This record gives sequence, C-alpha cells and structure tokens, in this order.
Amino acid sequence: MSNNRGVLKFIARRLALGVLTLFVVSVVVFTATQLLPSDPAQAILGRNATTASVSALRAKLGLEHSAFYQYTHWLKGMVTGDPGDSFNARVPILDYIGDRVVNSLFLLVLASVISIPVALWFGGYGARKRDTTFDNVSSNVMLALASLPEFVVGIIFVLLFSVRVWHLLPAVSSIGIGKGPWSDMKGMVLPTATLVIGAVPYISRVVRASMIEVMESDYVEMARLKGAPEKVVLWRHALPNALGPVFQVIALNIAYFAAGVIVVEALFNYPGIGGALRDSVRVRDIPVIQFLVMVLAAVYVVTNLAADVATVLVTPRLRTRIQ
Amino acid sequence: MSTISSEVPGASAVPGADVEVVSRKPPGVMRVAVRMWRTRIGLLIVGLLAVIALFGRYIAPYGEAEAVGLPFKPSGKTRKPTLFGSANVGHDVWSRFLYGGKPILIAAVLATLLALVLGTTVGLIAAYNRRKLDDVLMRSMDVILALPQIISALIVISMFGASTLLIILTVGLSTVPRIARVVRGAAVSVVERDFVAAAESLGESRFRILRSELLPNVSASLLVEANLRLTFAIGLISGIAFLGFTADPGAANWGLMINENRKGLIPNHWGVTLPVIATALLTVGTGLVGDGLSRAAAGIDRAKGDS
Repeated sequence: MSNNRGVLKFIARRLALGVLTLFVVSVVVFTATQLLPSDPAQAILGRNATTASVSALRAKLGLEHSAFYQYTHWLKGMVTGDPGDSFNARVPILDYIGDRVVNSLFLLVLASVISIPVALWFGGYGARKRDTTFDNVSSNVMLALASLPEFVVGIIFVLLFSVRVWHLLPAVSSIGIGKGPWSDMKGMVLPTATLVIGAVPYISRVVRASMIEVMESDYVEMARLKGAPEKVVLWRHALPNALGPVFQVIALNIAYFAAGVIVVEALFNYPGIGGALRDSVRVRDIPVIQFLVMVLAAVYVVTNLAADVATVLVTPRLRTRIQ
Repeated sequence: MSTISSEVPGASAVPGADVEVVSRKPPGVMRVAVRMWRTRIGLLIVGLLAVIALFGRYIAPYGEAEAVGLPFKPSGKTRKPTLFGSANVGHDVWSRFLYGGKPILIAAVLATLLALVLGTTVGLIAAYNRRKLDDVLMRSMDVILALPQIISALIVISMFGASTLLIILTVGLSTVPRIARVVRGAAVSVVERDFVAAAESLGESRFRILRSELLPNVSASLLVEANLRLTFAIGLISGIAFLGFTADPGAANWGLMINENRKGLIPNHWGVTLPVIATALLTVGTGLVGDGLSRAAAGIDRAKGDS
C-alpha cells in the first residue's frame, strides 16, 4: 500500500515538473517572439511598411498593454483552444493548422510503427549477438546513418528513387486539399523512410546498450546462478527490467520526430505542421510560430513525462526504490 | 561503467586500483583512438573536407557570384567552360561548392566550442557544489532541453533574422545543457575522491579545484561528447541553411545550395550532389572520429580495472 502511495507521489511530482517546464517554455517563447524585439510590429512588416499598417498590427498584437497582460491574454487563448488568427493566411490558426496536424500525425504514426520494432529488433539482436560480424556490421552502418543529417538522407533518397537512378516514387508529396494523407500513399514512402532512417540508428544503440546492461546485471546473474533455465531468466528476470527502456525508446522516437518533421516536411513539401513552422518563420507569422512551437514543445515534454512514469510503473527495481 | 569492468574477471577484487590510475595523468584517449582504423579514416575524411572548405576558394575557377551561363545547364552547355555545369542562377556549381563549406564548418566549430566552455563550466560547478546550486542549474538545463534545438534556432531567426552570429549563439547555447549533463555525470564521482578533499584541505581556490582536479578527470568523456556535438552542430547548421535561413542569401553555402538546386535536379544534379556528398562525408567523418574516441575511452576504463 505504502508502495502505491510512493508511486502516486512520484507521478504527481513528475506531472508538476512537466507543467512547470511547459510554463517556463511558454514564457521563454512568448518573451523571445513578442517582448524582446523592441517593436515586433515593425520587425514583422519590415522597414518599408506604412505607419498606418504598423500601428494597426501593434493594436492587433495588443502591444499597448503591459507585458503581463499580453502574456496572460495569449496563454488564455492557447489553453482555451482559441489561439487567434494567422497574420499571413488571415484565418483562425486552428483552421489553418487543422488538416496539417492530421497529416503530421499520420506521418508520425507511420514512421513510428516502422521504426520502433525495427530499432528494437536491431538493438536486441545486436546485444544478443554482441561482437559478432552481424553486430559489428550493423553497428558501423548505424553509426554512419546516425551521423547523417535528415535532409541529406532525404535528398539521397530523392536522387536514388525519384529523379536520377530510378523513377519510382514522387519527390514531393501531393496530398489534395481536404483529402487525408492516406490518399497519397506513394508520396508517403520517402518522407516516412527518411524519418525512419533518422530515428532507427539512434534508438537501436540505446536498446542495444540497455539490453547488454540488463543481461549483465546482478539479478540476471543471480537468476542464472540459482539454476533458472535461460528462458525463465530472459522472460521473468531480464525482460521486465528491459521494458522500461522500451518506453524510453518510444518517447525518444516521438521526441525525435517532433524536431525531425520540420526539415523532412520542408524537404518533401509535405503539408504538415513542421513545414508550416518553416513557412511561418519565413514570413514572421508570429501567432502561428508561437502556437506551433508550443504544440511541438508540448509533444516533447508530454512524451518524456509519459515515458518516465511508464518506466517506473513497469520496472520492478525502480518501483521499489521510490518507496 | 560497471557493465564494462564486470567483464574483466577479478576487476573488483583489486581495491583502490582505480583510484591510483585516476590520480595519475589521464591516459591519452586521443592517442589510443588514433591507433584505430575508424579514427584514422574519420580524421582523413574530416581533414580533407576541412581543407576543401577552408582553402577551396583559392582554387575556384570563378567567383562565388560570377555568372557562367543560364541556370541549371550541364557542363558543356554553359557559356563559359565549367566542370559541373551551372547552378540555380547561372553560377558555377564547382566554384559555389568550393566556397560553400567554410560558413558551415566555421559556425559549427565555434558553436561547439562555445557550448564546450559553458557546458563544462556549468557541469563542473553543479557537480562540485551539489545541493541547491546543482538543483537550480540542472533544472534550468532541463528547460532548455524541452525545446528541440532546431526549434530554438527557428524562434530566434524568426525575430532577429538569420545572422551568422545569432545562429552560432543559438546552436551553441542550446547545446550547453547536453554537455553540462555529461560533464556533471562524469564529475560527480570524482568530487568524492580523496585528492579533491586533499586539495580542499590545502585551501586551494574553488576555481583551481575545478580546473586542476576535476577537469582532467572528465576530459575523456568531454572529448567524446564534444565530437558528438560537433557532428550534430554541422547537421543542424547546414539544416538551418537548407531550410533557407542564412545571413546572406547570395553567399555560397552547402546547405543552402542543396535547397536552391533541388529544382534543377533533372537538368543538372551536380548542384545538389556535390554538397550532399560533402555534408554526408563530413558528418560521417566526425562520427567515425567520435566512435573511435568513445571506444578508446571505454577501453581505457576497461584497462583501469585490469591494472
């Protein structure tokens, strides 16, 4: 019972920390985009803007109010689901972003469904066949792939599969307006593959290291010494302790995609939120930038939080330590 | 490290063995690493590309912004003779390539150096002071970690424009917590060692303890981490350029080149292929060096248990 309370306390503390982090991030983002520039309206419109349009924008941003009022007003809009209008598209942000969220989510799910099992397999198998030819070759290939920036991988795919060598797949995605991303599965292949190649090497290394650590740990050795069959050692003693890292892996994977989508979507003209962030940075669409950054940061923070909590819940040795 | 030393039979049976080794001069990770083929190949690749990036401009047949013909013409179809044809606005691909590595390499190295200095300082101070200061420092590092680096960079660029200095600062500063974590992790156990207490009782200043007692003992982890961060910085900075954010949109830059010449992949792919190959080799090269270093560091840890 007291053990349960310990776990609940841990979850509560972790949640509070997550909320606090998001709060601080929101302050930083808001300060950087709206308070720090001496005149954001002028900065957005550029030097050639007329005084009338600058003062109109100033009013729209609420710049005449105190910083505290501006911030709380903005935060209220974000939390209540009314983040305001896009400057550039001149429509409510949610209308502008809605379809894009679906598109990005689809890409993320597709890439995760492929990369997580692949990474687990490579990492787990590599750990079991440690220092064999398979392990050496796959470690070296993974090392090379892990060093490559996403856009380099993506461009190499475009050169290979759509433009120069083979003409199999489209180089840009062509999702019709109002149609779901599943309407263009051929166009999904390269963006998905690029994200998978970006995520797998990084994650499989983590899996490999944590599997090796678990297999060499005292409790696994103890189980072996007391004569438990290898199967029991693996399933009863090693796996429960290796499950935690699996959640960490899923979190790492999603957190990685939260940043990776920006470059990958820009590269394939994929109509998602990453590409939208690039576009809105280009035209200084401040409300959209603020909104998207907060969404991506929230994904990042919430995923890490969920992974931490899940890890503690499934890992026997951590669960007892908390108490 | 327990996983590694437990491989060596009887490693833990020699009490005090590791203390003795650590207090000696730190074993040369670099020297051990250079004996491995992967480090050598990595150094060779990185050296070659660094030479191209830094000095290539002196053998460039044309200027950075000199027109040689119509856009996206293959070599032989340009007005002036070219090796790899023309790029998006009719510049010479080969010359743009020779000019375009420097901005990325220099910015990445400077950002990494900045992050190293600050990250090491924060990490060492946190490890040495513990308690409150440690907590405050590391929690504020966590906040920076909550934003992916490219997003921090985009926020800054959106408000202040893509100046080179700002990009270096943002990439550098957003790397600080990553290095600080590693340094703190490596230094925490060193702080407990006897020679630190000895230095304290001799009345050595805080700065001297951090610099002469702690720093040499985390240098191996630091070297590995520095290399990893350099690899990421190169990817990040060329990625930002690839997204179209550079200080001078007219200046040659590998990342920007890839973006600009994507439209002309069919008539003349060299404008993309050359910088892609260069960026790929550069990052894989630094990755190989980093792997060599980390193997060397792990190997030294392994040997520590042996002696």
